[in-house]
Amino acid sequence: MNGEVDGIHPWLVEAEQAIHGDPTTVHAFFPAVGRKVGREPLYPDTDPDGLIHGTVDDRGRARLLAVLADVLTPFRLAQEVIDLYRYGDSAERSGVLRALHLLPAGPGAGSIVENVRWIVEDALRTNDTRLVAAALGPFSARHLPAGSWRHGVLKCLFLGVPIDAIAGLQLRSDAELVRMVTDYAAERTSAGRAVPADAKRLLEAST
Amino acid sequence: MRIFDPHIHMSSRTTSDYESMYEVGVRALVEPAFWLGQPRTNVGSFTDYFDSLIGWERFRATQFGIRHHCTIALNPKEANDPRCSEVLDVLPRYLAKDGVVAVGEVGYDSMSAAEESVFARQLTMAVEHALPVLVHTPHRDKIAGTRRTLDLVRESGIAPELVLIDHLTELTVELVLGSGCWMGFSIYPDTKMDEQRMVSVLREYGTERMLVNSAADWGRSDPLATYRTGRAMRAAGFSLSDVDTVLWRNPVDFYAQSGRLMLEPLELSRPLDATFAGNSVLRGPRADRAAS
Repeated sequence: MNGEVDGIHPWLVEAEQAIHGDPTTVHAFFPAVGRKVGREPLYPDTDPDGLIHGTVDDRGRARLLAVLADVLTPFRLAQEVIDLYRYGDSAERSGVLRALHLLPAGPGAGSIVENVRWIVEDALRTNDTRLVAAALGPFSARHLPAGSWRHGVLKCLFLGVPIDAIAGLQLRSDAELVRMVTDYAAERTSAGRAVPADAKRLLEAST
Repeated sequence: MRIFDPHIHMSSRTTSDYESMYEVGVRALVEPAFWLGQPRTNVGSFTDYFDSLIGWERFRATQFGIRHHCTIALNPKEANDPRCSEVLDVLPRYLAKDGVVAVGEVGYDSMSAAEESVFARQLTMAVEHALPVLVHTPHRDKIAGTRRTLDLVRESGIAPELVLIDHLTELTVELVLGSGCWMGFSIYPDTKMDEQRMVSVLREYGTERMLVNSAADWGRSDPLATYRTGRAMRAAGFSLSDVDTVLWRNPVDFYAQSGRLMLEPLELSRPLDATFAGNSVLRGPRADRAAS
């Protein structure tokens, strides 16, 4: 592609420079990312819906958030991230969710985590597969309380979100999750319905 | 027949409506922001509504193979309530979003001063955001209201080809014809047009700049009204190409001026009439059933 710098879309390069100079310009750039750089899944062959690895615009938005993280104080950064999510459409929200773990830990870092955790919980309340998948990335693996995290995993099985989208599944999986999935499988069987392949996989991995 | 419904309020419709629409050829639509029957009393009710137009409803439509776009505005009915005027301040955020293909529905309802000032301000916003405008014409005092609408559009300086004047009838179509604006007709039982009258209008005035919509919502309305109009056109001797002009090309050409249409075909993971049979792969993308 013409004008690409190290494989980065030229529009993104310009947007990053502009945000560096004036962080408020992110409000105009953030919603436009999909229109400018595309919305395709990053790995269409193995992940056709972009639920596991995300999409081209998710990756673009992560770059814009990285610039904000460079120039804003942790407090302002948290505020800005919350606003971008609050006023974002599903694609923007997905971009925020998939970048949360990249925000700096830095001094006073606990507060960024505390301030943005509700974003993940909000996304897990939706039934939008793209948001639910994006919400269960590395940030949730590290910072989501066990109860919410387990229900997030179960929701993936309900909605058909591939469990490969869940970061740290092996690590965080515990006896309570296995019990919940076992009950879910029994419920499906008693209703005469097939048990989703991912539920079986999860149970097999636990034994 | 491929159909683009340029005006339909899907938030008020069921999943079986989406299925029937897909079956008769609807592949894309625009859901204009309007009132909900029950008046809203604060800006938060609007932002939640706008969020659902660019979020959940768009997602829901894709599960049925239909591309969902929307228009965003403070509608004329609620423009009269000062508690809702703050909505104008949040509009710029939404007008920047993907899939927001026009400012709308704007226009007159009771032709009050408040409506006029909100209408004029939103015409200016459309110019600032380089977006088309979807204009609702009043159901009461329609002829005078349509005249006044055209005057305000002219005064605003917006290019007429960026303006769609909606809910026209036999009595108002000629007013708009010479203005250069696009002409929208809602096929809506009882209060608006029906498909036979629509066919007569198309016979008399041709298909150029003509759009047909169902305006289906929570009232007594028909989400397949576009399809029925296509059938009525064919029965009256219009060619397939004429039907395609009115039901697909014209709405696409009008809203494409936004640069925000998303018309890539959606692949359905299964035929719509198949049963789920507990298949997790097929069950996944259909949020409505997965949720139950």
